[in-house]
Amino acid sequence: MGITFRKETFRDDYTFRNSPEHIRRFPFPFNEDAYMYAVNIEPHVVGPKGSVLENLIDVDEHYVAEMQDRALVLAEDPLRCQSLPHMTLAGWDLLELLMEQQALGYPEHFTLERNGDRWRWINRPLGIDDTFTFGDTSTLPYGPMEYITRQSQGDFCILDQRDGNLWMDAGMVTTQADWSLDFDIGMNFFEWHAPVPLAHEKGIFTRALKFLTNIQQGKPARRLNWTMTINPRLDTSPENYHKWGPDRATVTPENVGQKVHLRVELQSFWRLPRSNAIVFPIRCYLIKMDELVTQPKWARRLHRVIRDLPEELATYKGLTRYRPTLVEWLSKLDDGSATSPGFGPD
Amino acid sequence: MAAKTIISRPLYGTLSPQPGKHHLFIVDAEGALAITDMAGKAPPGFFDGAEIVFIPGPEGRHVAALEALKPAQLHIAPSFASLLPRLKQTLTNAHMGLRLYLAGTEGLIGQAMQAALEAGIDHTSIQTEHRGSLARRVQCVHCKGITENVSTQPALCSHCGLLLLVRDHYSRRLAAFQGVCINAEDRSEIPPMEEAFP
Repeated sequence: MGITFRKETFRDDYTFRNSPEHIRRFPFPFNEDAYMYAVNIEPHVVGPKGSVLENLIDVDEHYVAEMQDRALVLAEDPLRCQSLPHMTLAGWDLLELLMEQQALGYPEHFTLERNGDRWRWINRPLGIDDTFTFGDTSTLPYGPMEYITRQSQGDFCILDQRDGNLWMDAGMVTTQADWSLDFDIGMNFFEWHAPVPLAHEKGIFTRALKFLTNIQQGKPARRLNWTMTINPRLDTSPENYHKWGPDRATVTPENVGQKVHLRVELQSFWRLPRSNAIVFPIRCYLIKMDELVTQPKWARRLHRVIRDLPEELATYKGLTRYRPTLVEWLSKLDDGSATSPGFGPD
Repeated sequence: MAAKTIISRPLYGTLSPQPGKHHLFIVDAEGALAITDMAGKAPPGFFDGAEIVFIPGPEGRHVAALEALKPAQLHIAPSFASLLPRLKQTLTNAHMGLRLYLAGTEGLIGQAMQAALEAGIDHTSIQTEHRGSLARRVQCVHCKGITENVSTQPALCSHCGLLLLVRDHYSRRLAAFQGVCINAEDRSEIPPMEEAFP
């Protein structure tokens, strides 16, 4: 039967909404009533039917609208997609991975036909039917990474592995939570994470790097990260911070439910077969407070997490200005009763 | 905001003579003194294989001290921009084993390192020593323009005019610190501009 793709926007009139089914499948990132950094990495294996983990590369009702928003971002700022010269092979690896996974999970929407190096890719939601030669960049309208990531939800970073480190040497980054690919491209794992507070001292990045450099082909891993965004805006880049930053001052007790969004990143990590690079998809899920609190357990838990968040983390995540308003609003939905274990709704 | 340093911020050392026959020094202003201080530790004949490229800056000092070292070549340049074509040529034609030494302002070290990286030289093999001004090169993350010699916090972007928080986050590829609008959420908040990088 396939997915019904919503017509919606992530800018201007902000018509983005989640359907009731998509609210239930939202990857709520808190499994207890408090939050602190941890190396919360686990194997990226298929999860329950109807969850965002039903397929390893998730396609949902926002697919078409997200791809349209990406095209708008790239037209305004082509520097959001960059690949250093040695990363083309990894781009082909990524193209193969995403075509295979999308065709596997959603055969009614995507088809990949392979005849030696001659490949045919059919993307029905976007009206694409292209035949090309795998490995020959001249047969595609863009480089391989840009071509396939214009057709895949989420940001993508491709990390070259050398000298025992990972290097951010290519990426498609248009839905980021306030970091700049253009600034960070070419940096190693520790350098691009340099501005993150607290985690270096806790040894988080040393352990995470050790884990990531040992990832094997066919055994991807994943973790969740989160922040909050005012208005369902995908492009919360530092490049445009002066444009979306003022939104943070517009939160009132009356509009919290519609304006404030929990933003969850499902990050996964995959070894690529030819290049030995790691691809790091950062899939962004948005949910507005009015939608989230339809699940009472989530409302209670989010209240406690946001209320008790260490100040440094609240500052880093940019919550400072509207946190009191949000906590006050959520407190009315928290009767103090216990929350059940685990991430999911009751 | 950023009182302590962060990992992307470059660390500088003290120049020391490296084994090898070919030595290229790129220094500006007070950076000349890093070479003369190092000279005492250098083996006899060290400067016979050395080229020194020097940007004296407005005060025009230290030229005589460098001449006294009798390097194989001493090139005086009026600005980094003016020496860049020559530097690129030198780096492109460099033999394996060329030793690179950079000393002076952060802007000079960063831009010379950027040229070296583009020529395929590993940044960890380059000797650096910071001398003189702490002024920063700052890339505005919004308009992408680079403002030179930033000494204040916050600082005005010389291209788009936004008031920027100068972060410690540093890109070797751009040879610049990152500047992010400091009052994006409320433009009426104008924090005082203080001398932070004298």
